[in-house]
Amino acid sequence: MAAGARLGEREPPDLRQKLGAALSPPGSRRRRRWDTIDNREIFDLIRSINDPEHPLSLEELNVVEQLRVNVVDHENSVSVAFTPTIPHCSMATLIGLSIKVKLLRSLPARFKVDVHITPGTHASENAVNKQLADKERVAAALENSHLLEVVNQCLSERL
Amino acid sequence: MAADMRLLGLVEEFVSGLQDGAAKDLATGVIDGKCTALEIVEALGKCLTNSEPRIRSRGIQLLSQVLLLSYSSLKQREVEALAIFYIDRLKDHYIITPYVLQGLKALSMSSVLPEGLAVTMLKALFQEVHVQSLMQSDRHSVYTIISNLMDTREQELKSLAADFTFGFIQAMDGEKDPRNLLMAFQISRDIIVNNYELGNFVEEFFEITSCYFPIDFTPPPNDPHGISQEELVLSLRSVLTATPRFAEFLLPLLIEKLDSDVQSAKVDSLRTLTTCCRNYRKKELKEFLPALWHSIRREVFQTASEKVEAEGLAALQALSTSLSKSVIDSDAEDSLDAFLNNVLQDCKHHLCEPDMKLVWPSAKLLQAAASASYRACSKINSCIFPLLLEQFNKHKQSSQRWTILGILKIFIKLIQKWDRDEEDENPLCAFKDQLCVLVFSALTDSSVQLQMVGTSTLAVLASQQDLLSSSDIELSVDHLNRLILQEADPQVCAAALEASTIISAIQPSAFITKMVPALMQDLNTERMEVKDDGEPLAPSGNALHQRSIQALAAISTHPSIVKRTVPVLLQHLTNLQKGTSGNESDMAILICQSLQLVAEHCRGAEESSQYFHQMVVPCLLGLAIQTAVQDCASEIRLGILCEEQVITAFGTVISTAYSDGETERASRTISQIVALYLDGDVSSLPENNLCRKFQPFQSPDSPWPQTQLIALLQAAVCSLPKNIIVPQQERLLERLMELACTSDHRFTYTSAAKCIAGLINKYPAGEQLDSVLQDVLKKIDSGLERNAGVCAQATSRTRVFTLLLWLTKSLVLRYHSLAATLTDKLIQLLTDPELGTEAADGFSVLVSDSSDVLNKATHADIRIMYRQRFFTENVPKLVQGFHSASEDNKSNYLKALSHVLNSLPKQVLMTELPSLLTLLLEALSCSDQVVQLSTLGCLHPLLLDATQTMSLHVDTLVNKLLNLTSSPAMKVRIASLQCMHALTKLPPHVILPHKPRVIQALAKPLDDKKRLVRKEAVRARGEWFLLGSPGS
Repeated sequence: MAAGARLGEREPPDLRQKLGAALSPPGSRRRRRWDTIDNREIFDLIRSINDPEHPLSLEELNVVEQLRVNVVDHENSVSVAFTPTIPHCSMATLIGLSIKVKLLRSLPARFKVDVHITPGTHASENAVNKQLADKERVAAALENSHLLEVVNQCLSERL
Repeated sequence: MAADMRLLGLVEEFVSGLQDGAAKDLATGVIDGKCTALEIVEALGKCLTNSEPRIRSRGIQLLSQVLLLSYSSLKQREVEALAIFYIDRLKDHYIITPYVLQGLKALSMSSVLPEGLAVTMLKALFQEVHVQSLMQSDRHSVYTIISNLMDTREQELKSLAADFTFGFIQAMDGEKDPRNLLMAFQISRDIIVNNYELGNFVEEFFEITSCYFPIDFTPPPNDPHGISQEELVLSLRSVLTATPRFAEFLLPLLIEKLDSDVQSAKVDSLRTLTTCCRNYRKKELKEFLPALWHSIRREVFQTASEKVEAEGLAALQALSTSLSKSVIDSDAEDSLDAFLNNVLQDCKHHLCEPDMKLVWPSAKLLQAAASASYRACSKINSCIFPLLLEQFNKHKQSSQRWTILGILKIFIKLIQKWDRDEEDENPLCAFKDQLCVLVFSALTDSSVQLQMVGTSTLAVLASQQDLLSSSDIELSVDHLNRLILQEADPQVCAAALEASTIISAIQPSAFITKMVPALMQDLNTERMEVKDDGEPLAPSGNALHQRSIQALAAISTHPSIVKRTVPVLLQHLTNLQKGTSGNESDMAILICQSLQLVAEHCRGAEESSQYFHQMVVPCLLGLAIQTAVQDCASEIRLGILCEEQVITAFGTVISTAYSDGETERASRTISQIVALYLDGDVSSLPENNLCRKFQPFQSPDSPWPQTQLIALLQAAVCSLPKNIIVPQQERLLERLMELACTSDHRFTYTSAAKCIAGLINKYPAGEQLDSVLQDVLKKIDSGLERNAGVCAQATSRTRVFTLLLWLTKSLVLRYHSLAATLTDKLIQLLTDPELGTEAADGFSVLVSDSSDVLNKATHADIRIMYRQRFFTENVPKLVQGFHSASEDNKSNYLKALSHVLNSLPKQVLMTELPSLLTLLLEALSCSDQVVQLSTLGCLHPLLLDATQTMSLHVDTLVNKLLNLTSSPAMKVRIASLQCMHALTKLPPHVILPHKPRVIQALAKPLDDKKRLVRKEAVRARGEWFLLGSPGS
């Protein structure tokens, strides 16, 4: 990651190779009775979220990675850690909010969704985590039409 | 005199009364010889000399209109007088000019225009008329006159020398109308191509045409003239590239336009460059080569557009080709050499840079330059091969090695493009050893990617003439053996099979001595399924056998190999009968697939094909018959060779062999097969000491293991090309009919029905066919009648229905007149209580391709667009039937309809679907999953394209689609969710009211048990969330 970045400026993104998109997740075609929701499926939900600033996806910017996704289907819990591109990234809350909203819209209501910053990668980690964990503040943020607009832009299917 | 009076009357009528119809009457008069053109002039008399220009113009208008209709019946004397008259009129008042031009246009089309007048006409035209101040249609007349005269009076016009060119330049200078431009470009091109003198006007001529380059023209909507940008571009390009004399002006222009930001301008410039290079040589190009190379390189390195890149590469190749064709002067430097040095210098270092950023663009540029000629190729190869080999060894990462090997492969392939002299050594010989080491190291690498590209490179290397030594080839085969039999990754194995196919065709001996024995040994090894968890990646024993069988087919490319591989396959097939592992029938089917592949390879190869007919077909028949005959003695254990699937697999092999176009061999053996079935003549079989007679047609006594072998007869006789007559065809049809109507064995009577259908489809039209069909129809009609109280009737009616179905398909395909009658019978059966559902499913048989008979591969008589025709003829009937049917039968109609709708491409259906919309909406509530799925498939494109119509039904759609998202069938759930997604494309005011409800309802499929369903639910729900929300 761009750890040694200067203040106030984002390093040019480090473009990782995208995970093979054509790969069909295992078990989908087979006659298994139930496909459990696994890490890969959660990752597929959030990988294509657009970055609020770059014309790139969160996966391409390495903000989200599959190994930082943790889901236990039968316990109804999802936990996603994301890594802001620089420790002072001002967009961290917004990115977290986008991930959270995407998961809330895409997962069954039985899940408890936890979105937080990868420990030690952001200056105001605790504050951001707290905001994202607070249901009411998330709800209030989405009442703000300006914020909602940015979140929706992040979640729109790219043409 | 009376005629004169009438003439005067008509003239008067036209000039004064604005009665335009008179012109036509007069023209007919001239054509029929009732009056002459000069008489009309006389009759016009006064009004041609009238002092009022309007009257004069009216007079000329009449005369011109008459001439335009009657110019071909004019005599030379008349043409002469009229031409002189018209030329003089060019000096008259400007409102008369349009009509004068029309007259001249008519005269220019006359074949008897006296010599010299063409020149006078044009001189006057250029002198008296200022073309660009005329109206569009009048300018068009001028171009037409010029074009007509150029077509017929070329020599005369050339006597004008450069004056003609100059006159034309002045005439077209400033033209703006696309219709006229197309003509003007055509004339310009003719002037150049037909060697009219350009004189001092080369640059002017270039200027007035090149000023339109690059053409930017968007036709107005609903343009009635239908002129496209493409037409104009091509026509201008043909002018600009017509002569090397334009080179000094054109090339700088192209270099300038390549700098443009507009992509179409770049593409046009590059294409124009490619085109003009065909005529240009060193002399024209030399001065501009550095600049052109600079621009092309920049475009290929920097562009994001594949189109620009492709055109850039094509232009580079064209440049290199044209330089290759240039004569080398003894004193001057070799321009190709210098140019390629330039290219190499600019590309080489990119191949060596560690980040490998511009590796592929550079490689593509070098490849384009090299593919121009043998000389260019040698030059670039001698430089590039040592470099790439060195780079391969320098880079240790397999992804980088993968890139370099991929590039090497392309350059190796390139060498094959040219024929070399016998004596010339293959230019790769110098690098052969290094290349082999490199490829073999790639084959043993741990990276799958590298192994794959290594395998394909090996194939390219080995197919080079006289390059690899026999020990190299043997080593290669060893490697391939290893990849096929031991490699875990199926992709690598597939690549190895592909490479084996290519190499075996050129180097059969190494495969016979090395690969065939290895595969044979593998097949003969019985492997126990060892559950060795330590090495889960190695293919299991069963999978290995499968690979060996596939490999045997893959390498059967050469007659000498076929003779080794086929016996192995047949032997293994025979051995399978004794097997006990339970998967023998799958193996048997796999072997048949391999044999079929071999049969396809054999097509056109005389020796192998003959071997196949003599060996394989009798052997398969023998095996099947032997089993069938034995089994009737002891019904205890039926062998795998009695299984329906295995028999069908046998059939595909036989069918492939007989669909081969080679007629003589097929017609010889087909009579043996017919005799075998009709008379039990087993002499043609390899082992013919059967314990019982083979009598498949002894119905109803013949047991089903025998009768079902009709499937093999069908495979043989229905696959023949149309020009081979099936021997004893009438007798055969009669026996087949009997079997089709009496057998109780489903596979038997279906095969018999297919066989009849296949034969009838190719039966020559005529009385005989009609009488055969009449007989069949009678049988069908009586067979389908329902007699209450007869218990065994259900099977017999199903039998007859099967026959009817296949016969209908056979006739529908060839547009036979009885097809409609038979289809109507099927439609009637939709309301039948017993056969209704089967009839509905039968429509799928009618409109889809069947795999064994009545398809292209078996040379069936299939008219193009038969599906469209079937659609237009029968859909109205089905719709009507649906509306009048009782509730129980409605679903049958819907199902039949969905099969028909599904068979046509959606683009074709788009125009028809809106009229079927209410029906489709009703079909959504039908409980049949096939109907649901096909309906959803029809609605999806409508939701995207016919938003207006669909908006009217949004309430129904939302309700019914949401219902289907909880269907038990996964495919239905997926399709309905896709439609829910498509719904968001309807106008917002229509769907927004439904948003809260839909979002709530779509929460449920988010928790679907199937991942693929959840994926669609997420997509649909996400899109609904965005509706009417800020930022979407």
